Amino acid sequence: MPSINLALSIIINLILIMPLAGAAPVYAKAKQAINIAYLTQEQTAPPQLSNLDPFIKNKGLIGAELGIADDNTTGEFTGQQFNLKTVIVPLDGNIVDTFNQELANKFQYVVVNLTADQLNQLADLPAAKSVLLFDVATLDDALRNEQCRSNVLHLLPSRAMRADALAQYMMKKRWTKWFLVIGATQEGRLFADAIKRAAKRFGMKIVVEKLWEHTYDARRTTQSDVAVFTQTDDDYDVLVVADEQGEFGEYLDYRTWNPRPVIGTQGLIATAWHKTHEQWGAVQIQNRFKEKAGRWMEEQDYAAYLAVRAVGEAATRTGSGDMSRVKDYMLGATFALNGYTGAPLSFRSWDGQLRQPVLLAAPRSLVAVAPIEGFLHPKTELDTLGYDQPESQCQWAK
Amino acid sequence: MIMNKIGLTLILGLVCVGAVHAETVFVTLEKDNALAVVDPVAGKLIKTVPVGQRPRGIAISPDNKFLYIATSDDNTIKIIDAVTFKEVGKLPSGDDPETFALNPAGDRLYVSNEDDSLVTVIDVAKKKAVKQIKVGVEPEGITVSPDNRWLISAAETTNMVHWIDTKTNAIVANTLVDPRPRAVSFTADSRQLWVTSEMAGTLMILDASTQQIIKTVKLEVSGVTADKIQPVGVVIDKERRRGYVALGPANRVAVINAQTFEVEKVLLVGQRVWNLAFSPDQKRLYTTNGTSNDISIIDLDSQSVTKSIGVGTYPWGVAVKP
Repeated sequence: MPSINLALSIIINLILIMPLAGAAPVYAKAKQAINIAYLTQEQTAPPQLSNLDPFIKNKGLIGAELGIADDNTTGEFTGQQFNLKTVIVPLDGNIVDTFNQELANKFQYVVVNLTADQLNQLADLPAAKSVLLFDVATLDDALRNEQCRSNVLHLLPSRAMRADALAQYMMKKRWTKWFLVIGATQEGRLFADAIKRAAKRFGMKIVVEKLWEHTYDARRTTQSDVAVFTQTDDDYDVLVVADEQGEFGEYLDYRTWNPRPVIGTQGLIATAWHKTHEQWGAVQIQNRFKEKAGRWMEEQDYAAYLAVRAVGEAATRTGSGDMSRVKDYMLGATFALNGYTGAPLSFRSWDGQLRQPVLLAAPRSLVAVAPIEGFLHPKTELDTLGYDQPESQCQWAK
Repeated sequence: MIMNKIGLTLILGLVCVGAVHAETVFVTLEKDNALAVVDPVAGKLIKTVPVGQRPRGIAISPDNKFLYIATSDDNTIKIIDAVTFKEVGKLPSGDDPETFALNPAGDRLYVSNEDDSLVTVIDVAKKKAVKQIKVGVEPEGITVSPDNRWLISAAETTNMVHWIDTKTNAIVANTLVDPRPRAVSFTADSRQLWVTSEMAGTLMILDASTQQIIKTVKLEVSGVTADKIQPVGVVIDKERRRGYVALGPANRVAVINAQTFEVEKVLLVGQRVWNLAFSPDQKRLYTTNGTSNDISIIDLDSQSVTKSIGVGTYPWGVAVKP
């Protein structure tokens, strides 16, 4: 037994009556090491509307750490050892230099928690050609379409997947007339684009579309301003808000001219993970995460957890740490990953997007899980969300 | 003539009803914190009794005198008198007990501790935990072979079945199985272990002498997409003629020929069918349907669903007293 394992057994022996060595005779072979890196950059706290939600510095990282722990519990029985190296680039640091110096030629799997531009920059590096990058941060549909890279897998649902999930729910509720409010940021516009695409796809009608502008006019107060802003001659069923940064979205609910529900980036939101989610064994991972992190699991944590677990699952199944074999298995038909959301997760072979259910959550209650029942698909209902194979503009130079 | 026939059927029917053993079906109700007591022959819910917070796993002692019920949010397994429904004791199960298994003699109880990746071994008579066995992540399905040789623990996130020697409580073999194994069940002769995989939608048959998978059955239902087929509970009849697999959100039970491993039939039951139990004479099968709040009764001679009985919110586990 390698010495690391011996040390581990001694520790575990102190806790348990049964030695870990009990399992050893079955897999006496030497351990195969699989190394995964986690790359992110320091962040400053963005301006916030409220101090209710403290700024979380290590979003993503704890998820990756939990994933490694789970991989290694499996590895104890299969003779594989998974290692995680965390690289946090300082605020003024250079991502590309860091990648080339610390990760290139050393890691075949890199979990990337960076912006869309930074991710593309990394993916195009010569040193990244033999690396599989796991994007745990971006929501951009462009990265999954015309800008797609064959060495990148995307763990979080794209904006189109989120908008489709919301649209399915609104269709089920027969909220067919939408008032779309768009924030004046790039992300707000991208989310609004996804909402417009979903409206078209599901035959919904955007009766009003308005841009929310930030001004410093002292006469504007939220109480009066939202009412005036939402006053319209065209009746609508629901106010759809596109404000990913959370600059004004929280102000809308209860202040609209007509009493209408708020949905989108605030109110009822579409997300990969939420603290209100407890079905399908989710309670177990919520508990395990909270015990480790002392906080709730955020979307990036969930994505990083899944990325590391995907490597673990594919490495265990193929009995290999080799990237090309692992990647082939991951993109193959038999790959199935548990995401605690009621359906097996897999990767879309045409754009590297993780195929997954999308949770529709209110602040304190899980309202629905998309795909909503009744939205059918010849292959898997999960592909009713986002860009399906025939619509995809991703052409991987394979 | 026709009248005669009807008369005869009626009489036969009455005789049949009279001859049927007055068995009782017990169902844990996860969200009602209660136990449903059902007369399956009359097709009636007799009563519901409070048993503790979030009851899930349930088993009956070999002498049929006591029920063991995992009350997850009380962090214990309660011992309940099967006649008076009074609590007569508690077992130290560890945190959040869900599934557990009794050995054939009824003196050892094995609990899956999902959050801690452990199996706790409990001496039932002494009401004491005697050992904790480290297993894979999120152990769920657990069973003891009828010959008492093997304790099996299936780790959902590690995708592994652990073969534990009941004499030493040590793992002696591991079998890598399809993703998210849920339930494990031995054939009566202890020679085969049947394992369901929730994520792959498969049933795997393992040979107990080699611990290898000898057959993987992909469960399919026409008109239902693959990701809705999430096999959970599995039971096999004593003669190994047929096995039955609950398909979760596919709302069906698959009937498997236990010799050829072919799917003979799928039976529509309630929503999110979860756990299964035979009647003592193995003429009926009872299913708990998690989200339609009822149980279904399957007549095994005719292979058809004869009745569903509303029992309460989130029926989870089922046990039958002759």
